[in-house]
Amino acid sequence: MKKHDNLITYAVVIAAYAVFQILAATGNLSSHMKGLLVPMTYYAVIAVALNLCVGILGELSIGHCGFMCIGAFTSAFFSKLTEESLPGPLRFFLAFVIGIAFAALFGFLIGIPVLRLKGDYLAIVTLAFGEIIKNVINAFYIGVDSKGFHFSLKNSMELGMEKEGNLIVNGAMGITGTPHDSNFTVAIVVLLISLFVVLNLVKSRDGRAIMAVRDNNIAAEATGINVTRYKMMAFVISAAIAGAAGVLFSHNITTLTASSQYFGFNASIMILVYVVLGGIGNIRGSVIAACVLYLLPELLRGLNTYRMLIYSIVLIVMMIVNWSPKVIEWRKRVTSSLRRA
Amino acid sequence: MALLEVNNLCISFGGLRAVDDFNITIEKGELYGLIGPNGAGKTTVFNLLTGVYKPNEGIIRLDGEDITRKSTIEINHAGVARTFQNIRLFKNMPVIDNVKVGLNERFKYSTLEGILHLGKYRKVEKEIDDEAMRLLKVFDLDSERDTLAANLPYGKQRKLEIARAMATNPKLLLLDEPAAGMNPNETKELMETIALVRSKFDMTILLIEHDMKLVSGICEKLTVLNFGRVLCQGETKEVLANPEVITAYLGG
Amino acid sequence: MSFLTYLISGLSLGSIYAIIALGYTMVYGIAKMLNFAHGDFIMVGCYIIFSVSGALAGNSLVGIVVAIILCTLLGITTEFVAYRPLRGAASPLAVLITAIGVSYFLENVALLIFGADIKSFTSVIKWEGLTFADGQLRIQGVTIVTILVSLLVLLVLQTFIKRTKQGQAMLAVAEDKGAAALMGINVNQTIMLTFAIGSALAAIAGALLCSAYPSLSPYTGAMPGIKAFVAAVLGGIGSIPGAMIGGLLLGIVEILSKTYISSQLSDAIVFGILVIVLLVRPTGILGKVIQEKV
Repeated sequence: MKKHDNLITYAVVIAAYAVFQILAATGNLSSHMKGLLVPMTYYAVIAVALNLCVGILGELSIGHCGFMCIGAFTSAFFSKLTEESLPGPLRFFLAFVIGIAFAALFGFLIGIPVLRLKGDYLAIVTLAFGEIIKNVINAFYIGVDSKGFHFSLKNSMELGMEKEGNLIVNGAMGITGTPHDSNFTVAIVVLLISLFVVLNLVKSRDGRAIMAVRDNNIAAEATGINVTRYKMMAFVISAAIAGAAGVLFSHNITTLTASSQYFGFNASIMILVYVVLGGIGNIRGSVIAACVLYLLPELLRGLNTYRMLIYSIVLIVMMIVNWSPKVIEWRKRVTSSLRRA
Repeated sequence: MALLEVNNLCISFGGLRAVDDFNITIEKGELYGLIGPNGAGKTTVFNLLTGVYKPNEGIIRLDGEDITRKSTIEINHAGVARTFQNIRLFKNMPVIDNVKVGLNERFKYSTLEGILHLGKYRKVEKEIDDEAMRLLKVFDLDSERDTLAANLPYGKQRKLEIARAMATNPKLLLLDEPAAGMNPNETKELMETIALVRSKFDMTILLIEHDMKLVSGICEKLTVLNFGRVLCQGETKEVLANPEVITAYLGG
Repeated sequence: MSFLTYLISGLSLGSIYAIIALGYTMVYGIAKMLNFAHGDFIMVGCYIIFSVSGALAGNSLVGIVVAIILCTLLGITTEFVAYRPLRGAASPLAVLITAIGVSYFLENVALLIFGADIKSFTSVIKWEGLTFADGQLRIQGVTIVTILVSLLVLLVLQTFIKRTKQGQAMLAVAEDKGAAALMGINVNQTIMLTFAIGSALAAIAGALLCSAYPSLSPYTGAMPGIKAFVAAVLGGIGSIPGAMIGGLLLGIVEILSKTYISSQLSDAIVFGILVIVLLVRPTGILGKVIQEKV
């Protein structure tokens, strides 16, 4: 059974894709729902990324949306710049390469200080970095004209560009008009690749080393495992996948801003909710939880003002039912007495 | 040449000399015991030997190679493996994966091959699997290969920790109170396991122990540590007959 | 002179952070949980003051007292309903996520009752303040009161913990729950008391925060809550003087960097300081360094 575990995960994703495509083709999917498919998928992607960090590596990150933010902005910047000069598919592919590479690079740079810390201190520093990234990107002004790039941290006037110059990043107003390259199929392919990478990694010697570090870093060191190296490896791969989610994100909306709603700590925490409810270390669970929990408030839209309230109550109740030692004990008693009866 | 040669090892924490002028020479194939009352500095010696602490003075040579200032990881690669007083397994991993982690540095393929499951991946994974199973069989753990390490009974956890250490193919095995918390039956089984490791792998072992029955039963030589200093050193029988050792243990 | 004005205004903001951070640090130190909903208690306190003072035609003192009482009750209830069942859960993340659920819950209840529009909060401090150096240096009443209140809170809290039985029980529970229980300390009661104190402090902080920055929305508490948490970590989480130092430091850095560097980047600078401090002292300024024993 264990052997086929990964195959089941891929099958679930492909089946879900097929169901949504059939619903869409037969006209059973509202345009509102259709608009939710890509976001749902990139949240699944970043949930997979975060689970690699939290579940497999065992380090709590509450700033993962920062890496998504970097992937989103670097790729959108590239796509805006090359919108006219490159053919669509190639441009989008290169946008992925760039978004992922930059997210990985920042994962590495941020990992150097972060991974020296432990537990909650590590978590709060990831939060800090997430906020720093968002904040700094909000202050960026980058334009391009015949003389080349212009850069400012103050405002667009400071750029001193020519009249026909192209303002690409406009501070808190972000990047407008990124080509709308993302679609559900591409998003699903990205999700499948992310799953492939993480699931295969877990079943390799590097994956075992990462989990050994998680379970007991002192014993891992004494067993000859280079703890720093493996922590960094997992963190960078996780950041890179979050970056890929960011590329999907930025190529799916007209105006990309580094707002708190999408890239702040609250957004990172929402991803963490997906990971915990899906099961820490359970990659397939993350995907399912991300999809269900992303769609849930949207499906509750009929209840309008009450939907987030209901969502919050559902969240609290689910946590207590799933995790409370007393409730678990009680559930075990009930199931065993049912079995006897 | 001795396998392990330690000269004048010293370390202080704050003002306290935890280990002072520690010397030991262990020949290849020996089973050597390190004993002493609680707080004598035995585990500190292990932590010095494995690079967890760096000594203030002294030199540690393994097979002629100076490993004094090396990191824990490098020391393991040089050929020192250990177990811990309070068992440290990879609890949320299956038994076999605990051993496979020990094989990590001996059977290699690149990260990319690992992620793509291509190239040397299949071949090397097969070798890792075979080698891990071979080790589990030696320690009679092969029937538990897929059990989570945390769910093993105590005695088997100790065994698994030894199996994992052996997987790194060490020259010297350090066992930190392997019999701690064991009942007489488990202790007996442990003695058999240690004997097995010696015969099967021709291993040199240094062990810390409180269980005098175990120590006198299997160790050839002993070093007694008291207040961080070597109290007495030599053949097991002679050391245990030494009146100073008896006082140190029984107080007086 | 203007530098001094900004410094004082930083001290004032820092004092508010410090009061919130005190609540954070106590709850973390004793219950070992990140109470992400703590910031929302501030918001709840503000709305209570806002409503009560509105109903009583501006009598804010009654409003504050009611807010403190209700927030305390809310804190106790939350602990009992949402957090206590998860004590001893297999993963510490469980209670963290529940706290996030509580945060969403409080924000959305506020949203339902008061709507999303920003309410303008009337300062609870009517005093104009002091003027020095022929009007060149003016310190607002709310600034002075804030700083004094935070010092008072610190003093009272320190005395409470050092001098009373309950305070000592808190220290014991913070150190080791199991051992404390064996010594006859009622752990549940002690944790509940901690939440009560933390929530009451949140109400006080709310009154001061909204008096200094008079715009109130369901999300008012979130950012100050996080900043205060950063302050608590900066000072060394679990340490009461640490929370004070962290809070003041953060407030001053925030105001000064807003003034002299960039208002856009001030948050980045605040968080940057946290990163740097933790790199130099991994457990914060006054945090205890705990080495794992091998």
